[in-house]
Amino acid sequence: MSHDHSLNPKTMPEDPAKATMEGKHKFLGLWFFLGGETVLFACFFGTYLALRNSTAGGPTSQDLFGLDLVFLMTVLLLTSSLTSVYAMYHMKNNDFKKMMLWLGITALLGFGFLALEIYEFAHYISDYGFTFRSSAFGSAFYTLVGFHGGHVVFGLSWLIALMVRNAKRGLNLYNAPKFNTFALYWHFIDVVWVFIFTVVYLMGMVS
Amino acid sequence: MTENTSTNKINSFQKEKNKDEMRKQIITFALMIFFTMIAFFAVGMGISSMFVIPLILILAIVQVGFQFYYFMHMKDKGHEFPALLIFGGIWVTFLVGVTFVTIIWW
Amino acid sequence: MSNAATQKRALSAVLWDYLTTVDHKKVGILYLIGGGFFFLLGGLEALIIRIQLIKPENDFISAGLYNEMITMHGTTMIFLAATPLLFGLMNYIMPLQIGARDVAFPFLNALGFWLFFSGGILLNCSWFLGGAPDAGWTAYAPLSIQSPGHGTDFYVMGLQLSGAGTLMSGINFLVTIVSMRAPGMTYMRMPLFTWTTFVTSVLTLFAFPALTVGLFLLMFDRMFGSAFFDVALGGNSVIWQHLFWIFGHPEVYILILPAFGVFSEILPTFSKKRLFGYSAMVFATFLIAFLGFMVWAHHMFTVGLGPVANSIFAVATMAIAVPTGIKIFNWLFTMWGGSIVINSAMLWALAFIPSFTIGGMTGVMLGSNVADYQYHDSYFVVAHFHYVIVGGVVFALLAACHYWWPKMFGRILHEGMGKLAFWTFFIGFHLTFFIQHFLGLMGMPRRYWVFLENQGLDTGNLISTIGAFFMTFGTLVFLVNIVYTAIKGEKAPADPWDARTLEWTIASPPAFYNFKQLPLVRGLDPLWIEKTEGNGKMTPAEPLDEIHMPNGSILPLIMTVGFFTASFGFIYQTDHKAWLIAVYAGMALAIGCMVIRSLKDDHGFHISKEELEREAD
Ligand code: HEM
Ligand SMILES: [Cu+2]
Repeated sequence: MSHDHSLNPKTMPEDPAKATMEGKHKFLGLWFFLGGETVLFACFFGTYLALRNSTAGGPTSQDLFGLDLVFLMTVLLLTSSLTSVYAMYHMKNNDFKKMMLWLGITALLGFGFLALEIYEFAHYISDYGFTFRSSAFGSAFYTLVGFHGGHVVFGLSWLIALMVRNAKRGLNLYNAPKFNTFALYWHFIDVVWVFIFTVVYLMGMVS
Repeated sequence: MTENTSTNKINSFQKEKNKDEMRKQIITFALMIFFTMIAFFAVGMGISSMFVIPLILILAIVQVGFQFYYFMHMKDKGHEFPALLIFGGIWVTFLVGVTFVTIIWW
Repeated sequence: MSNAATQKRALSAVLWDYLTTVDHKKVGILYLIGGGFFFLLGGLEALIIRIQLIKPENDFISAGLYNEMITMHGTTMIFLAATPLLFGLMNYIMPLQIGARDVAFPFLNALGFWLFFSGGILLNCSWFLGGAPDAGWTAYAPLSIQSPGHGTDFYVMGLQLSGAGTLMSGINFLVTIVSMRAPGMTYMRMPLFTWTTFVTSVLTLFAFPALTVGLFLLMFDRMFGSAFFDVALGGNSVIWQHLFWIFGHPEVYILILPAFGVFSEILPTFSKKRLFGYSAMVFATFLIAFLGFMVWAHHMFTVGLGPVANSIFAVATMAIAVPTGIKIFNWLFTMWGGSIVINSAMLWALAFIPSFTIGGMTGVMLGSNVADYQYHDSYFVVAHFHYVIVGGVVFALLAACHYWWPKMFGRILHEGMGKLAFWTFFIGFHLTFFIQHFLGLMGMPRRYWVFLENQGLDTGNLISTIGAFFMTFGTLVFLVNIVYTAIKGEKAPADPWDARTLEWTIASPPAFYNFKQLPLVRGLDPLWIEKTEGNGKMTPAEPLDEIHMPNGSILPLIMTVGFFTASFGFIYQTDHKAWLIAVYAGMALAIGCMVIRSLKDDHGFHISKEELEREAD
């Protein structure tokens, strides 16, 4: 039996990511997973909130944080969320090249974010001697922000793997769900970041 | 197989619909950037924390709502269970948040 | 596959089949074997604890070993025995009950099992590598931070692995139930066991991440010098307690809800009546799950959270008794006026009702925060949770074994031995734990290595230990029964109990594709409807056509080996940095498998129509 999974403008389902059973499962499974991830980050946030003033005489959040860098990081990540929306838009229009282009831009923005985050951590460590071991505040800060950063790393690796694997194959019903689940995951990373910049950085500079 | 039966052409109608959708997404994005800027400005101006903390938290919640409902399409149909579980997660988040700011005993 | 052919296959082929399987039925059996093994191990530890407490100031084992015993007993029973045994049942039965051919993510399902199993093995490796964890199954900081040696490190990594496996299964079950129900199987026609699987999976999804976070913090503190629980650097050990119980209380409902599901299948079947108050049962399940998330601090009443917090959590805790009470009454009304058959499965179900009710009652007593200052950390608490966990969960597991054994293994467990095991275990259970209520009220603290004589505790403890031997005997009889049944047991027809739900419409054991044609479901208890209104057979919902099945894969096992190796690396890199090589190598192996999995297309295979026609029903 031949199972033609490829898409062409004549056989294009309305939503290629959910046209197959597997696609539907991936879609539901990822969403449910995000429900669990919400709790995961909730617990990291809770721990951070409980320990944010436990600086043990070391640098405090007011000493450390600066608005400019965080704003730049925020804009990069928010924009990457939009570009992945663009990618999915082109997927629905069955325009593989444009989809890949926007995914590529998403990856670049993600890498930009990551570079800034690494710079930020290095800056705290070398200029303030503020590390994971300095105080309970340090542990909580690096763990929360670092887990988010880890999610970015994972998301980027996932994206690159998908792009490389499917570069020559074009869009089909087998890989469309994979791109779609990636996009959902990527948006969620952005959701978490919105709370990180609000709760960690902005609130840390206020109080 | 099923994937070939439930298909239809991407006609101009469909294209138009997708385009419409995309227009909304861009508005969403513009609003999100706007909210972010307000939040950063409010903190940068040094307004009293009694006012600024609730403000930025509300902005964050609204922004995340946009992200979920528009970027992640939770407003579309077929998202009842995802919504259920996300709201479950948010409920637990709320409980955890309240606990960790109030009854972490010293 | 005919039976004769199966027997001829070499052992190694069977082994390979199980190592690479992604079939939910085989994964289910693996869970039962793995969980059963750890159950015996945990039971042995329990027996050793009871022997130590048989008389005052006994020195059967040393104080340090005693701490390891109680820690490993609790950890093993909750994480490695009760949870996986239930997940094994859900794996096997739930897809059959909704008329599905497999779960939504067969590959992840296998991975979930291997992660759980490797976590359990890792944890138990500690016995041979310098000592098991000894900070209690709750691993409270700062005790768990200061506990010397690597014991607690094994606890952290072992639970992290098995927890990840459990979380995966939870997501898998949810997607399966949402999207793979047979035609006509609406939500309100799902059997109660499927419903409780669903709600349990929701709880798993929200509860296990809290444990994951807690374990990460503990791991970072112990292995990488962070300061979450280090008061000198501003840390706070109450954070651990919160995270642990935010997970821990929902976890006890993860255990009890599927048990409720099991009884809600068995009682109607052997009363020949439909379940009384089906929709109330579904609703009560959701209510229990919802409330179950808002009560965790009842484990922390004596921490000093303050009167307001304590009162709120006390009220929420007692509220759970309401939906639980609804369930108890519904079971009683299900039996009311029914034509009741009493066999081993039913005996366990009948014994459950009073036993669990006692546990629920002491629960409400403990839920009163003022009274709990007296009960807390005494044997009263030990009595409480054993009444709910043994009287609820273990009874359910044994009931489920008797009930579904024919479906899973094609043979009926021996009734005589089943009854002998029941009576000895049941009597032993009450002997062991009923007296512990009073020991607790008389002031015997839990987790103490010895007690002094002439404080009124001697007789009680002796009785309790005698009960433990009765339970051991019952368990052994059950094991003999399994072996006997495997060799000489009576062959089971498709529907040995004249039952009501879909799993009884197919062969025992079912073909690997479960349903040749998906059944058309016409209402609650679909098989019963066909028996009373139709010809006793399900009407197919589709013409006979080829069936799509997933391919087996060895990758889940290899991936798990990778994580297992990396865990060892994490544990020992605190001694010598060279162990980091194990971390990198293990992670590389695991990630390599993930990459292979995602890059290699796997479309599964098809069973042709001709082949299906050749197979007998
Ligand atoms: C009516 C329902 C229940 C209520 C009101 C209740 C209440 C409580 C309370 C207040 C405690 C803390 C006692 C203390 O440490 O001082 C407790 C402990 C415990 N309960 Fe329950 N419970 C209920 C049902 C269950 C069920 C269904 C299970 C398990 C299947 C369970 C398992 C446990 C365990 C394992 C502990 C002890 C944990 C430890 O400290 O090691 N409970 N219960
Ligand atoms: Cu509890």
